[in-house]
Amino acid sequence: MNQEKTKSGGAVQTTGHAWDGDIQEFNNPLPTWWLWSFYATVVFAVVYWIFYPAWPVADSFTKGVMNTITFVDGEGNEKTTHWNTRSLLLKDLQEGKSAVLSREYTDKVAAASYSEILGDAEMMAFTRSMANGIFGDNCAPCHGTGGAGVMGLFPNLADDDWLWGGSVDAIETTIRDGRYGFMPAFRETFDDAQLDDIASYVLSLSGHKVDAAASARGRDIFQTDAGGCHYCHTSTGTGLKSQGAANLTDSVWTIVAVESAPDLAAKKALVKGVIANGVQRTMPHWSERLSPAQIKLLTVYVHELGGGQ
Amino acid sequence: MIKHESIETNAGLLVVLTLIVVSIGGLVEIVPLFYISDTVEEVEGVRPYTALELRGRDIYQREGCYLCHSQMIRPFRDEWLRYGHYSLAAESQYDHPFQWGSKRTGPDLARVGNKYSNEWHVAHLVNPRSVVPQSIMPNYQWLLENDLDYSDVQDRMRALKVTGVPYSETQQEYDSNVAEFGVDVADQLDILRAEENLMQQALANNYDGQHGRITEMDALVAYLQMLGTMVDFSKYDEGYFTDFR
Ligand code: HEC
Ligand code: HEC
Ligand code: HEC
Repeated sequence: MNQEKTKSGGAVQTTGHAWDGDIQEFNNPLPTWWLWSFYATVVFAVVYWIFYPAWPVADSFTKGVMNTITFVDGEGNEKTTHWNTRSLLLKDLQEGKSAVLSREYTDKVAAASYSEILGDAEMMAFTRSMANGIFGDNCAPCHGTGGAGVMGLFPNLADDDWLWGGSVDAIETTIRDGRYGFMPAFRETFDDAQLDDIASYVLSLSGHKVDAAASARGRDIFQTDAGGCHYCHTSTGTGLKSQGAANLTDSVWTIVAVESAPDLAAKKALVKGVIANGVQRTMPHWSERLSPAQIKLLTVYVHELGGGQ
Repeated sequence: MIKHESIETNAGLLVVLTLIVVSIGGLVEIVPLFYISDTVEEVEGVRPYTALELRGRDIYQREGCYLCHSQMIRPFRDEWLRYGHYSLAAESQYDHPFQWGSKRTGPDLARVGNKYSNEWHVAHLVNPRSVVPQSIMPNYQWLLENDLDYSDVQDRMRALKVTGVPYSETQQEYDSNVAEFGVDVADQLDILRAEENLMQQALANNYDGQHGRITEMDALVAYLQMLGTMVDFSKYDEGYFTDFR
């Protein structure tokens, strides 16, 4: 049988039992470093029990001695509690190093007017970096990280074409209260030939060469109560900002990708689709999820993204 | 005295002793929570799920969403900034089993309710990359194709009732729900009206954008849009929640 030697020279004990005739198991003592580390964790646990909340006692628990957290509650009073992660968070939000630093700037931005912020390089630098994070967490899933949006679903914020207006006030209202972009579906109202005429007229507004007779018939529907399009899109076709109605006279399309369609027939089919199906899109409101200061930062950020008005 | 060898050579004894040792950790951490008086915060607004939300929750579990998404916002500054208020014990008191999760491949969903529009959720679940190009979340296009099976929703509610969720069957239980949650919620918790309520909620809100049909998408989106919206945190002073720790 194979007897190993220990470091100190003595023979190693075995557990004393032999399996299958000759297989034995060494019974080495635990390494000293391991044993002492184990004792150290036991000592640590006892110290921890004294200073931190630990043992349940009846319907409460030991709270830990000499270990309290003081923070300011909503009424401005100091409140002291035993150690717990909720108080720790409040203290971190109130006194933590990065919280204090970012609050210093946030307070400055919150107190300033939009024109002051836009004219101040330091405030703009802070706004850009702070708002970039807020935008990424909340807005990017719809509008995309760069604000380019998704054709048909979520509008592009990075161009200078605005449905609801590109002034800081309009953008702030959009973000705070949300928007509902609504255009009725005209599927039941018009037959295919009429939809064709209206689409021709709509395309003529943005300078496309279309059949003049069809466009004239479409015009009659667009500009009268037959279609009522002019109520929202205005008689010039530039769109009413208060309705979020798209500008039909420019080359920027938000619902259907008319610009990239190969020929006039394909463009007309796309526009007919919008008129037939209508539009219903919701921009959520953020007044409950984001603070007024955060909304202000975002407003400046979005305004700058799209070269606002 | 029991010798090492007598344990090692006796499989039955080894199993029993192992079970005792591993259960100590669980017992010491969990059992006291049942009798410590301020484990569950006293907050207004938390209610059991409606029949439709409940089916949505079942689908959430069936599809394994919890493998990539937690529903537990921890009290840290970075989570506070990204997801909002930390989760309360009260908010999962009717969850059996709770969906806290332990892995965040995707973001935490504890407060995703009302964050996005229904249209976004539908587009995202059918193909996440249509709205978030970098996403690695799988497609769930069948949710929009499958009609929702709600024939057994009453049994599902009865099963939860056994675990203590206050769904009502008798007039007396209904009345006590009215006292606790108000009439509107109590109506939704009535097992006998579950199917009717489910259809009504799905058709009125049309979460999936398809008229006249109730799909699994309706149920899942109804569930997602409710997550984290029950407690109105503006009603509470932040210091209040530290009383429950
Ligand atoms: C659930 C998807 C979604 C999210 C999230 C979202 N938006 Fe929107 N947003 C929309 C939709 C849809 C519209 C278009 C509404 C319409 O059709 O009129 C819109 C419109 C806007 C507009 C108006 C654009 C214009 O041309 O007038 C602004 C500004 C805007 N969003 C900013 C934001 C900001 C900032 C955030 C983040 C706090 C955000 N959005 C988050 C869906 C979303
Ligand atoms: C109730 C107001 C309203 C009426 C009436 C209305 N629209 Fe619209 N329309 C909108 C809104 C709002 C949008 C933009 C939706 C959005 O971006 O969310 C839109 C978008 C469009 C678009 C797509 C533009 C793009 O950029 O892709 C076309 C085309 C259009 N409308 C044509 C018409 C025609 C033709 C009529 C009449 C038959 C009409 N609309 C009637 C509100 C209206
Ligand atoms: C393989 C992991 C994985 C699985 C499984 C998964 N997701 Fe996701 N989910 C992600 C990732 C990654 C993201 C972030 C990117 C994105 O928005 O698509 C995400 C994002 C989301 C979001 C948006 C959260 C936010 O705040 O922006 C929702 C809602 C969501 N998932 C719901 C679900 C549902 C419901 C299921 C089950 C049907 C599911 N997910 C299954 C990985 C996953």
